[in-house]
Amino acid sequence: MTTTEPLQTMPLRTSPPRTIRGRTARERLRGVSATTAKYLSLIIASILTLLPLSVLLFASLKTAPEYAQTGPFDPPENWLNFDNFVTAFTSGKMLEGFVNTSIVLVVSLAGTIFIGTMAAYALDRFAFRGKKLVFALFLVATLIPSVTSQVATFQLINGLGLYDTKAALILLFMGTDIIAIYLFIQFMQSIPVSLDEAAMIDGANRWTIYWRIVLPLLRPAIATVVIIKGIAVYNEFYAPFLYLPSEGLISTSLFRFKGPFGAQWEVISAGTVLVIIPTLIAFLLLQRWIYKGLTSGAVK
Amino acid sequence: MAIATPGAAPADAPAVLSAPARARRFGGSSRRTDRRRGGSAGRNVLQHLTPWFFLAAAVGLLLLFTYWPALNLFYFSVTDWDGIDLEKNFVGLDNYVQVFTDPRIFSVFGVSLYYFFASFAQMAIALYFATLLSFSTRFSNLFRGILFFPYLINGVAIGFVFLYLFQPGGTLDTVLSWFGVADPPQWLGNPDVVNWSLAGTSVWRYTGMNFVLFLGAIQSIPHELYEAADLDGASRWQQFWAIIFPGIRRVVGLSFILAIAGSLSVFEIPFIMTGGANGSATFVIQTLQTAFTFRQVGLASAMAVVLLAIVLVITWIQRKVFPDEKVDLT
Repeated sequence: MTTTEPLQTMPLRTSPPRTIRGRTARERLRGVSATTAKYLSLIIASILTLLPLSVLLFASLKTAPEYAQTGPFDPPENWLNFDNFVTAFTSGKMLEGFVNTSIVLVVSLAGTIFIGTMAAYALDRFAFRGKKLVFALFLVATLIPSVTSQVATFQLINGLGLYDTKAALILLFMGTDIIAIYLFIQFMQSIPVSLDEAAMIDGANRWTIYWRIVLPLLRPAIATVVIIKGIAVYNEFYAPFLYLPSEGLISTSLFRFKGPFGAQWEVISAGTVLVIIPTLIAFLLLQRWIYKGLTSGAVK
Repeated sequence: MAIATPGAAPADAPAVLSAPARARRFGGSSRRTDRRRGGSAGRNVLQHLTPWFFLAAAVGLLLLFTYWPALNLFYFSVTDWDGIDLEKNFVGLDNYVQVFTDPRIFSVFGVSLYYFFASFAQMAIALYFATLLSFSTRFSNLFRGILFFPYLINGVAIGFVFLYLFQPGGTLDTVLSWFGVADPPQWLGNPDVVNWSLAGTSVWRYTGMNFVLFLGAIQSIPHELYEAADLDGASRWQQFWAIIFPGIRRVVGLSFILAIAGSLSVFEIPFIMTGGANGSATFVIQTLQTAFTFRQVGLASAMAVVLLAIVLVITWIQRKVFPDEKVDLT
């Protein structure tokens, strides 16, 4: 797959003027209606995408009586009514959720990067007995849908005495990231071996080469993994739901709104908006890298 | 990615690192290292251990968290274990017989069909917009962002967004009333409708992923081809069938296979939105409930093994239909 630069827009196509001048009135009309249809379909799709999110934002800014009296499309009376957000944040224990998610995120990202780059270094730069076997093990592992093996994984976590700890989640996130290793291997293949050899002549050992040369050069691949993995961990629902029942991650904190807030949609909406905002900010800042990372992560 | 959860992505990943390609790379790097080899026996032993030092953590976690549970899954599946009891009684294939004969268990596969059909709509929509936006379009980055963004949103948040949308008298009903629909169905309460509502939510969530994959593939088609087609007077429609579609056939095929695997393992959206009520339980929901709510770990393991087997067969078909050699276009 040659999806290296999915974001890059195509250069403007310069059709020869001859054909434009030679167009008949009917052709021109068809061109205009095609353009209209094109933009119309884009606008309809955008509305369908944004509408469910916008009505939720409206609901989150209404007071309880206002919510009860108005329809979903009525804009809120006061656009700066953030009371629901405060309620959601404090009584929904969202701060705990954000803190826990950050801890799990940072530790498992760091772990994934070190474990993944080291494994990729060994697999790409060494020849050793059993290398094919290790490759095969990683390959076959990608075929096992993690959600199905949860039944047995749970027994393992329980047996290790890690049930209801953040360590369980961190280990699971680190242990199941085979995609990252593939991305690192692919990127490492583009780093010339002559660099390693030069360092070796200068007397560097393998660890120094990995730590001083390979790891810094892998920075772009690391950025990709941080983004893909970061999104995945932030959005992960079932693992924290199952393994960490007493503390909330951001997903499970939000899920708990279903109980105590029941039909208080103005509070639930506010909580939902609070969870979406960090994703939106990350998306706006990192657009290009997110597209790139996801295409290479999913197809490569 | 079709309706697949992000977790389903790995199933696809190795497809690209083809066995022959890996062998070539493997051979290549071994030659490189062989050149550096040599030295005393002691250094050799150390050299043999060095790669394992780098691999230890990754392989250890892999064995512990992937292979050990997978092996246990097979073991549990032939016992009547409840997950707590110290004793696990061997029951042979009883659990498997139950999976295939108990209509309450096997019939939930029918629910997958809704998601499977929805994923066609999803791919068609994604392909249409990917084609549109690969040609020069005003605000194309804005439209791309809008179409793609739902894929990044937290599953629980999406569940709430659509619970709100589907409420009786809620957003969707209000919109429909403008068009004169006075008696809308209970979107999530009616067993005849609920799976369509949930599958629709899935389309909303995952179209962006398909869209970005297709867009990336379309943009890797050499630009000169369009120019040549333009000079020959080919219409956009002709260009699509002659250039774009053949150019991205592989990604479309891959998405199709992933749609099958994904619709079998649908879990998050129905679990969050309905908890599997009103006939919306999928096979995965059923499996996890059997294990953790009803404490029938043996039976649940058999269900997981069956799902695993189906996914493996689908992946095998994928490899047959789309051999690796054609993947490495780069």
